[in-house]
Amino acid sequence: MRRIGDAPAVRRVLIGAAVVLSALFLLLPLVAIFAQAFSQGVGVFWSNVSNTYTLHAIALTLGVALLTIPICLVFGVALAWLVTRFSFPGRRLLQTLIDIPFAVSPVVAGLIYLLLYGRNGWMGAWLDSHDIQLMFAWPGILMVTVFVTCPFVARELIPLMQAQGSREEEAAVTLGARGWTLFRRVTLPNIRWALLYGVILTNARAAGEFGAVSVVSGAIRGQTNTLPLHLEQLYQDYNTVGAFASASLLALIALLTLAAKATLEWRASRREAFI
Amino acid sequence: MSIHLHNIGKHFGATQALEPVNLDIHESELVGLLGPSGSGKTTLLRIIAGLENADHAREPGKILFGERDVTNVHVRDRRIGFVFQHYALFRHMTVYDNVAFGLTVMPRKRRPSSGEVRSRVFRLLEMVKLEHLANRYPAQLSGGQQQRVSLARALAVKPDVLLLDEPFGALDAKVRQELRRWLRHLHDELNFTSVFVTHDQEEALELSDRVVVMSNGRIEQIDSPETLYRVPKNRFVFEFLGDVNHLEGRVRNGVLTCGDARLTVDLPDGHEELLLRPHEVRLAEAPSPESHLPVTITAISPVGAEVRVELEADWLAKPWLATVRHADFERLALRRGLRLYVHLRQWHRFPEAESKAPEQRHVA
Repeated sequence: MRRIGDAPAVRRVLIGAAVVLSALFLLLPLVAIFAQAFSQGVGVFWSNVSNTYTLHAIALTLGVALLTIPICLVFGVALAWLVTRFSFPGRRLLQTLIDIPFAVSPVVAGLIYLLLYGRNGWMGAWLDSHDIQLMFAWPGILMVTVFVTCPFVARELIPLMQAQGSREEEAAVTLGARGWTLFRRVTLPNIRWALLYGVILTNARAAGEFGAVSVVSGAIRGQTNTLPLHLEQLYQDYNTVGAFASASLLALIALLTLAAKATLEWRASRREAFI
Repeated sequence: MSIHLHNIGKHFGATQALEPVNLDIHESELVGLLGPSGSGKTTLLRIIAGLENADHAREPGKILFGERDVTNVHVRDRRIGFVFQHYALFRHMTVYDNVAFGLTVMPRKRRPSSGEVRSRVFRLLEMVKLEHLANRYPAQLSGGQQQRVSLARALAVKPDVLLLDEPFGALDAKVRQELRRWLRHLHDELNFTSVFVTHDQEEALELSDRVVVMSNGRIEQIDSPETLYRVPKNRFVFEFLGDVNHLEGRVRNGVLTCGDARLTVDLPDGHEELLLRPHEVRLAEAPSPESHLPVTITAISPVGAEVRVELEADWLAKPWLATVRHADFERLALRRGLRLYVHLRQWHRFPEAESKAPEQRHVA
């Protein structure tokens, strides 16, 4: 007896197509990035990477990502808690609103922030009079990055917390647990893997964000240039090796993220098998 | 510790889950809240626990534990133990940590030393016969074992009252029997006041000192299991507590007729419905001057202490159920398709008009 769809011809065609497509669209570009970056030798690559502007871009990108993560973490946990543990009018609407940053094009998000907080924006005059510059400075970059990445943690947590229900928390309360103890000892251990997964996704997106950041940063070299923006500038200046050197750094961040994600998934599946 | 509820009601949105009720539970009593789903029993239990707030009525409700007014006391300070239907064990903690949880989250001043926690947890685990599984995780235990852990966890904080929400609902019949008996022993031994919710009449009648029968957010009757079974206050209680056979017909000149069935009754003329339990049905080979109720046997189940026989007839809307002793079963040579006559040992009647009126009983 043969299972449906298990004919050798079908199997070969499907596997073959999968291999060819992954090679063509995923593996080849990745190899090309590193090949281009090192095309003129390690020395040139290194001089491009250790260039002041590139180093500044790396620092800015990582700094923004490091600030984004805790903000999104707190926001995501609070939102997931609110949506899954309380029932109030507008709860469903809120659950839909969470997805706005995913639905809206990042460029549009950047423009909205510019419109609100820019020098000629609605809050511009007030900000100006208090000598606060948000747009075309790192706070603006941080703001749009948070906007673009804020759904990740909540989206990971909500389905999990819905499935787990609030019984364990109720049990903990009947046993006398108070707010923070309750969260630390009962809620957090149950959601920690999903939380970490959300953080990884947040980090990947925060480091790679281009559209929204390009609108609000002004792309001033050595000041408000993040790695993706820096890369684009180098490319526009026909510095292919420099552009690809930066691209290889971004690709490296992506690969590390994937590795972390795979490790988490592997651990999760092992935990399930164990239980 | 005794529990007193006064004027406790609950709405969820526009639906009334619980009509304002009064209830007194005595010290060291084991009380069952019994009712079909949606009768408000779980809501009542959760209100006692403080997991749900009672309505703010014009005449505010009151909950007392002994002399202590706990109406506005938060769950965590009510000193209750709560056992959930699906155990709600902390899945990432070992059995030991689960039981110890209530002790380790106490405010520092009252928290016992770690050695004391350890000895108390092991004493509890010994009591629920699970000390050898202290290092296991909940997912590695059977349902019955998980429920015992959950009980030990609830008892660890020495609660004033123990509340159990369908504690055996998710377990198979045999384990349920065993745990029921075990809980009864534990209760008699430790003498705490406990309230449990169930939809299983047998469980409620077997386990409770008193049973609170509920339907549609109302308390229908509060009595000991014997009284409840023998003197049900209304038709709902009678029907909910066991199998019921119905006989509907018109009474004229002291005879109730329904198709070709006749029964002499001492009732005024009019439409009547009589109710009777399976054990109040007697099977015979011939009719009597008082009753002519021909039936045919359609199914026989000889499992258990008595033989259960299903009876059908043209004059019956729904088949009847009769329980027959094994000796009678053999004497009458009962088999499927056999035509017999029914005699009634006793019947009950709940006049429609005032459902709250006590039942009328007639012994034939």
